[in-house]
Amino acid sequence: MSILAHASTKLLVQGITGNEGLFHTQQMYQYKTNIVAGVSPGKGGDWVLDGKVPVFDSVKFAVEATGANASVIFVPAKYCADTIYEAADAGIALVVCITEGVPVQDMMRVKRFLAEKKTRVIGPNCPGILTPGESKIGIIPGNITFPGNVGVISKSGTLTYEVLYALKQAERGVSTCVGIGGDPIKGTGFVELLEMFEADAKTDQIVLIGEIGGNEEEAAAEYISRYMTKPVVAFIAGVTAPPGKRMGHAGAIIEGNEGTAQEKIKTLEASGIRVARHPEEIPSLLA
Amino acid sequence: MKLHEYQSKQIFARYGIPIPKGRIAGTSSEVKQIAEELGGRVVVKSQVLVGGRGKAGGIRLAKTPEEAQDLATILLSMDIKGLPVRKVLVDEAVSIAKEFYVGIVNDRVHQMPVLITSGAGGMDIEEVAQKNPEKILRTYVDPLLGLRDFQVRDAAISMDLARPLWKNFIEIIQDLWKVYVECDATLAEINPLVINAENHLVALDAKVIIDDNSLFRHSDLSDLRDMDVEEPGEIEARKFGVTFIKLDGNIGCMVNGAGLAMTTMDILQLSGGEAANFLDIGGGATAEKVAASLKIILSDLKVKSILVNIFGGITRCDEVAKGILVAATEMKIKIPMVVRLIGTNQEEGRRLLEKANFSAAETLIQAAELAVNLAKEGQS
Repeated sequence: MSILAHASTKLLVQGITGNEGLFHTQQMYQYKTNIVAGVSPGKGGDWVLDGKVPVFDSVKFAVEATGANASVIFVPAKYCADTIYEAADAGIALVVCITEGVPVQDMMRVKRFLAEKKTRVIGPNCPGILTPGESKIGIIPGNITFPGNVGVISKSGTLTYEVLYALKQAERGVSTCVGIGGDPIKGTGFVELLEMFEADAKTDQIVLIGEIGGNEEEAAAEYISRYMTKPVVAFIAGVTAPPGKRMGHAGAIIEGNEGTAQEKIKTLEASGIRVARHPEEIPSLLA
Repeated sequence: MKLHEYQSKQIFARYGIPIPKGRIAGTSSEVKQIAEELGGRVVVKSQVLVGGRGKAGGIRLAKTPEEAQDLATILLSMDIKGLPVRKVLVDEAVSIAKEFYVGIVNDRVHQMPVLITSGAGGMDIEEVAQKNPEKILRTYVDPLLGLRDFQVRDAAISMDLARPLWKNFIEIIQDLWKVYVECDATLAEINPLVINAENHLVALDAKVIIDDNSLFRHSDLSDLRDMDVEEPGEIEARKFGVTFIKLDGNIGCMVNGAGLAMTTMDILQLSGGEAANFLDIGGGATAEKVAASLKIILSDLKVKSILVNIFGGITRCDEVAKGILVAATEMKIKIPMVVRLIGTNQEEGRRLLEKANFSAAETLIQAAELAVNLAKEGQS
């Protein structure tokens, strides 16, 4: 089955007429993702990709007309919270938010709002989801991986590509790759995805890519040791990151002595999880 | 973005939070004048963006305007934890009957705001949290509902605040909540909040940190950024949409993506070297951005080799290669460079660089080892 993104997923693109939105719609389309609609307020009635994808003024209209059940967001940060509310209000089950730079308090309100909805958000500030050979929701390059039995969860973008590429070089394919994003408050965390991969028949083992900041890796370690039967290999970026500095990602910061890579690696290893020293070592640690 | 105490207090004043009378000064004669206006006894407070100013001797009590002037002369020539004191805040001295801690902060684990209150005011709150966690109350706030009065009242009760002060306390904390929400703060803190001799509550200190992601809707606040806390390279990089952080090693790094940039630093260490910087060139790197990044890296004279690690997705390897060539010719770069290009248009990128004298690498480990060896050669 793989997780979250499938061949049957009917995707709509929020912000489809912007530069980023249009470019990546094309890329996703070429990957044969089932893109059924786009939304761009004020441009309803237009078509993009040579008349292949219809544009609507609102998510509600797009859902009514096409039955879209997932959305990917490419709007600027200042509109991002509103687009998520709109997608959730229209009953979209999966919202993948690529946008970087969303204010933290916006995301806290979004999280609280979603607690009473059936919508799952991935991101923001993430590369999205790729189920090789089936569906690409976001910006992960399709040609650096192929279908297989390794599930990948990551807080990062290009580092994830690096890992997918290393897996490919070692002839390891992927069931689904999910980038959860590098922000301190995000729609979906490691633990929820570990749970999904554990239940997924196509996934036999999991690669988890974390980084400095917060304590999600520690929470993941505890979850894995308690509940998971499938093996997990981890990699944590930022062993050499200085404290108090935000390392590019809004969430990647060592605060006081909290959130160091060393502490995360120690906790993961103490829970019996193999931790790679660098991305190219990951394939050799897989079962 | 951290704000200075005086900037935070200006915000507090706008929201009606009581603060001591005081003014900001850049010279000791101004300090004397302000002290005279305030009636003599003042506190002279260094304005630097680090914690522990008091312990470092950066906050001093003066009994007379003359003493204030002398102290200001000392403070204004001081460095605190490496940061120069350029301004001091001169506040009227307040006699303190009791001190409290109050702060509103983003709680990353619970993913909501938390109001932290404690009767142990004036101390390092993280130290209190470690040694006497029972002295701290954490009240989680529903971000859609906002902070409710009953929650603040419970906090007042738990820190033994006298009943006649509850109403005043609730007003102040609700104003602090407004500061937190309306300024998109990640922290809005009063430490200490004191009861003065007249039995009123006053915010003696103020600390506000603004969420950098929110600055697009706070143009008035973005002007408050203090450039002293940042390296010149960091400021320059921001103009190009590049994230740069200076480090201590001698191998310059140019990478696309924050996670991969950190990983590149880590692998250098694993290979026996040390990165001179963190540099995330961002998505869709143009030749212009590449050239600007190399310039920033090379402004650090300690740099003995450069490792370029690009994983092309949106970023195209040929575009990056062009940028490298332009920069190398224009700047006559003599520092040896290792270039690893993988992904979108990698063949074209590599072909462009073949003619020039760069070391190419296939894997991350190879690239790191090459860069470490070149740096060692350059060092000897």
